[in-house]
Amino acid sequence: MLTVLAPGPLATVQDDGRPRWASIGVTRSGAADREAAALAGRLVGNAPSAAGIEVTAGGLRVRAGRTLLVAVTGAPAPVTVDGRPAPFAAPLTLRPGQVLGLGVPPVGLRSYLAVRGGIDVPPVLGSRSTDTLSGLGPAPLRTGDELPVGGLVGEEPFVDVAPVRAPSSRPVLRVLPGPRRDWLTPAAWASLTGASWTVTSDSDRVGLRLRGPRLERAREDELPSEGLVPGAVQVPPDGAPVLFLADHPVTGGYPVLAVVATADLPAVAQLRPGDVVRFRSG
Amino acid sequence: MSSGPVRGRARVPQVGAAPSVMPDHGRVERTPAPGTTVLPCGDRALLVEVPDAAGVAAVRAALERSPLPGQRELVPAARTVLVVLEREPTDLDMAALRRLSPGPAAQAPEGRLVELPVVFDGPDLAEVAGLTGRDVAALVRALTAAELTVAFGGFAPGFGYLSGLPADLHVPRRDTPRTRVPAGSVGLAGPYAGAYPRASPGGWQLVGRTDAVLFDVDRDPPALLVPGVRVRLREVG
Repeated sequence: MLTVLAPGPLATVQDDGRPRWASIGVTRSGAADREAAALAGRLVGNAPSAAGIEVTAGGLRVRAGRTLLVAVTGAPAPVTVDGRPAPFAAPLTLRPGQVLGLGVPPVGLRSYLAVRGGIDVPPVLGSRSTDTLSGLGPAPLRTGDELPVGGLVGEEPFVDVAPVRAPSSRPVLRVLPGPRRDWLTPAAWASLTGASWTVTSDSDRVGLRLRGPRLERAREDELPSEGLVPGAVQVPPDGAPVLFLADHPVTGGYPVLAVVATADLPAVAQLRPGDVVRFRSG
Repeated sequence: MSSGPVRGRARVPQVGAAPSVMPDHGRVERTPAPGTTVLPCGDRALLVEVPDAAGVAAVRAALERSPLPGQRELVPAARTVLVVLEREPTDLDMAALRRLSPGPAAQAPEGRLVELPVVFDGPDLAEVAGLTGRDVAALVRALTAAELTVAFGGFAPGFGYLSGLPADLHVPRRDTPRTRVPAGSVGLAGPYAGAYPRASPGGWQLVGRTDAVLFDVDRDPPALLVPGVRVRLREVG
């Protein structure tokens, strides 16, 4: 059992999400930075399907109800146990009653807390993830929530600490052509891959709105809705691109100019308002 | 997945290159089906575009019958099927998808029939009757006579876009969307009819409501209206 003393700005339970339900309108969801979430799980020896907590901009405080093995990865939030500094990206033992705290990360946005055995809230459509777009899965964490810890363990953890690179606030992301590159002017691709793009505050698990040069449409007719993927760079009529993340809608009706390479999606998940990204044609 | 990720040459081609000049590798015949276009969509998906809803159903059925290696899911939409893979797409995948015929030969088998009980008392019923040049009774007769099919989902969990409305029942969306459409509302927009599984904002013209359970996470499948299902609206008091 883990008791939430403070959730911070937004903390949700996340696992690997709900693949295979898109045709009935359910998006995949799951940890936005899958790499960091998977690393946290490995550090405590969890099964790959175990759920953890995605902590947005730090601020989480939880109290252990029994002895628990935990690890924090992703955005490098200062970790404390009963107020004393504790290691990041390393397995930590919490004794009953001890309080784990996450400060505000100096870079990056999303930290991941794994608990050996996994957060054992009831799965919905095979996943414990909170889908912020449709509301499926558990509600975002609130003060006083008591989270059961399950038994989804794998092999005993054997790593003391994982060397990790802090997320960048100035990343260069590899983009591949999207299906509707020809719906934008030829200059649009050059702008996308040439300009600097600022992440606006209108950004969340659904997607990031980017500020930069206006991307112009080559055709004005209406595009029938079509399937979306995470990493899709969609251009609405105002010309300001939206970069979709884990809780993206299943379909969208604006042209997708480009798609960020899957390997660079964790970097997207760590972008926060004010960060500046560049795209390079990959 | 039976085959591992395909390594090596896995670059998605540029949009704008005509599909017929794409290099086909191996023994694949270069006989693209007329009307089928395959578009790049990053490093885990391809988008198959066909002329109409019947083509979408045919492509979906064909890929459900014989999936590509590592095919994770299909997302049918109005004129496209998104094919999501667990690996990078290759030229071979593009060639295979281009040869999928959207024609009647590959027509999807008939889906099961769902009757949706509908109370026709929607706030836009009279306006829709006016737009379609009928009185309300004639509009209800036309709607209940239509043979509808779930073409695709996507707007919200359990929402099905129902195709098959006769052209004279196609009405535009409302100019100003409602901020809250109650759960169970039955509406029309363009060539589609649909029913809202839960309350949400919406711009469809509302003609009635149904008490059918459209989405239930504890049911298998959770959605009542899955692509391919045939639908009749049945008037109830």
